[in-house]
Amino acid sequence: MTLELDALCIRNASGPLFRPLTLQVPKGQVVTVMGPSGIGKSTLLDGIGGHLAHGFHLSGAVRLNGREVTHLPAEARRIGLMFQDALLFPHLSVGDNLAFGLPSHLKGRKPRRAAVEQALDHAGLSGLYNRDPATLSGGQRARAALMRTLLAEPLALLLDEPFAKLDAALRADIRAFTFDHVRSQDIPALMVTHDPEDAKAAGGEVVDLSGPGADV
Amino acid sequence: MRSEGRLLRGLVLAVVAVGLIAPIALGLWQTARAAFGILPALGRDTLTLEPWRMLAALPGFGTSLRLTLFTGLGATVLALVLATGMCATLQARMRPATFARLLTPLLAVPHAAMAVGLAFVLAPSGWIARALAPLAGWGHPPDLATVHDGWGLALIAGLTVKEMPFLLLVILSALTQIPVAPQMAAGRALGYGRGLVWIKIIMPQVWPLIRLPVWVVLAYALSNVDMAIILGPSNPPTLALAVLRWFSDPDPTMILPASAGAILQAALVALCIAALWLAERIARRIGLWWLRRGGRGISAEPGLWFASLAATTLMALGILAVLSLAVWSVAWRWSFPQLLPESWSLQAWSDPAGLWLGALVNTAGLALITTALALTLAIAWLEGEDRARRGRAPWAEALIYLPLLIPQIGFLYGLNVVFLRAGVSGDLLGGISGTEMPGGFFGSVWRALWSGVTGNFAAVIWGQSLFVFPYVMIALSDPWRALDRRVISVAAALGAGPWRRLVAVKLPILLRPILTAAAIGVAVSVAQYLPTLFLGAGRVVTLTTEAVTLSSGSDRRITGVYASLQAGPPLVAYFMAFAIPALVHRNRRDLQGAGR
Repeated sequence: MTLELDALCIRNASGPLFRPLTLQVPKGQVVTVMGPSGIGKSTLLDGIGGHLAHGFHLSGAVRLNGREVTHLPAEARRIGLMFQDALLFPHLSVGDNLAFGLPSHLKGRKPRRAAVEQALDHAGLSGLYNRDPATLSGGQRARAALMRTLLAEPLALLLDEPFAKLDAALRADIRAFTFDHVRSQDIPALMVTHDPEDAKAAGGEVVDLSGPGADV
Repeated sequence: MRSEGRLLRGLVLAVVAVGLIAPIALGLWQTARAAFGILPALGRDTLTLEPWRMLAALPGFGTSLRLTLFTGLGATVLALVLATGMCATLQARMRPATFARLLTPLLAVPHAAMAVGLAFVLAPSGWIARALAPLAGWGHPPDLATVHDGWGLALIAGLTVKEMPFLLLVILSALTQIPVAPQMAAGRALGYGRGLVWIKIIMPQVWPLIRLPVWVVLAYALSNVDMAIILGPSNPPTLALAVLRWFSDPDPTMILPASAGAILQAALVALCIAALWLAERIARRIGLWWLRRGGRGISAEPGLWFASLAATTLMALGILAVLSLAVWSVAWRWSFPQLLPESWSLQAWSDPAGLWLGALVNTAGLALITTALALTLAIAWLEGEDRARRGRAPWAEALIYLPLLIPQIGFLYGLNVVFLRAGVSGDLLGGISGTEMPGGFFGSVWRALWSGVTGNFAAVIWGQSLFVFPYVMIALSDPWRALDRRVISVAAALGAGPWRRLVAVKLPILLRPILTAAAIGVAVSVAQYLPTLFLGAGRVVTLTTEAVTLSSGSDRRITGVYASLQAGPPLVAYFMAFAIPALVHRNRRDLQGAGR
């Protein structure tokens, strides 16, 4: 299971944002993309996940396990997405947030509920099914968001500065929790970050995103 | 991927073009033709300026024109200045959400009901005169023309009471997009007083955000009919009302100068908007010169306080007006200097013939249907923008505002003719309906479009929707766009397709703004007078048409009943917009703030 980018480039009206990017993320590994602010790291993830805004055009290819997904809509790509904010749906309970991501091939009310409860237990959120997500702590929210993403059985994971808003003590904890899951699920993950500590903890390849005019 | 919203967008655009733009253009076209002498129904088919000569020769024409400019510009400037001053003083002292909630009753009450109430309060026998009577030693109502006064001052007061809260709300919502507190701190640290920072720094940023709503207020103040009937000078009246009277004149040739007057009314609005735009350019020049001089000397504080005082007084007047409606509807004996009735009675409310009940059912039905239609179209439009992942083009924004900027009297008559040709509407203009058979391409297109629709009710639904849709769209657009795009991306990444994203994520999160937009839609629908009158051919009776008709009569009790009832549906809608989300999201802290 791998995530491949083949000469991926995103351009807007004023030209390409960065030099075409070719890389492979092997399964169970976290590859880190670093680069100056404003170069379009988040836009790169948008392009891979299928969330590009109007005015951005993507060239090159995104392949997941050898299958090209470049022209699929976001919901058909099965690529999970995590931001620095947990972005739990504010109108749903914590448990229903997780249930939202659960694939529909798991049938029946009871098995679905059990799958969610198990994920909650796993994230140290036992008994919080009916809680309002707004009442969770920052760490609880981050873990709930990861569980929601993983329950959807993604084939790859995109992390957009996922730990930037957590305080230092919590950051190491959530980072380890996230990376452990990437390894145990054996899926490829691509992370953009400013924090060298993140890159070090990820342990995978580190790619520098450079401007279109940069001479490498 | 980009094509996923193409069908939806195409559909919305088609509905807007055929349902909104084409009728207005056709209506204006028909009116303009009559204004230049082409009226086949009367056997006239040569281009001529005669209607304009007739118009200029009509008695009171010049006075009507002057009155229109004076009341329209006066009320707009007054409402804008007072709203600005009040925002400046209250901004730091009150949460915008709390303030907005206080304004709700004033916004919800339809124009006609507010006008009737104000007429009750301002009249020589009204509460103000009654309160002054012991001081002035009045035993009888004083002999003063305080309503229908020749200057149109009562009309200006009425328009200002209704439009100032609207502008306050618009300014408050614009202020949420500007970092006011830090800029205020920075300005004051540089030695400028609070009032000067407000005028020199904050307002120039607010203006671009409220420009269009101010234009809407200006267009309304220049061309409204219902408030002019109830509060304005009656002979000669403002231009819009004069035009309405000429249109309904028994002599069918009066349609010619009436059409010219309707086109003049539209031109007047366009001219005043242009003047405002020019004033804005000049004010920018002068403002920059003033700003660069760096003067900190004069304080604007007393002016601001005076403005807030005047604004508060006007709002109190508005609340008194609404109260007086209810009091009059249950009053029995109420002799002059008494502040409250001496005896009470529910007789005005007894409705053996089901008169007000019928009007109430019509009003509520129209409000529900038009609001549902407008809301559906607005959500389809916004969802189409989301699926295309693009914002709104300026031309699309202009399209939404169009029905609010063109005076209703300018195109409703022409529209009526179009409907007559299609055989939908009745014969408000009796002389025409029999002879005007569908002719030409447009006639047959319209007949085909409307062949399945019968009755005036459908025409009124559609006529009201012209004005309900823009307000619903304007109310819903900002909250819709403020929704964090990443939440929607996350839903997509979890495998949710566009429809599930809409139904399971966006609509529930946006429940409060959607219901607020619906409440605004109900209030706008209930307030419609001219579209109901014209397109209903006088046969669709609503609380508003009745209240306006009754306001010239003598029985204040019955008028009070209709006008009080008018305020009912909007207030219920606003209450539900507050209560339903509070109930549904009672355990959802992030959705409870009124900020969304």
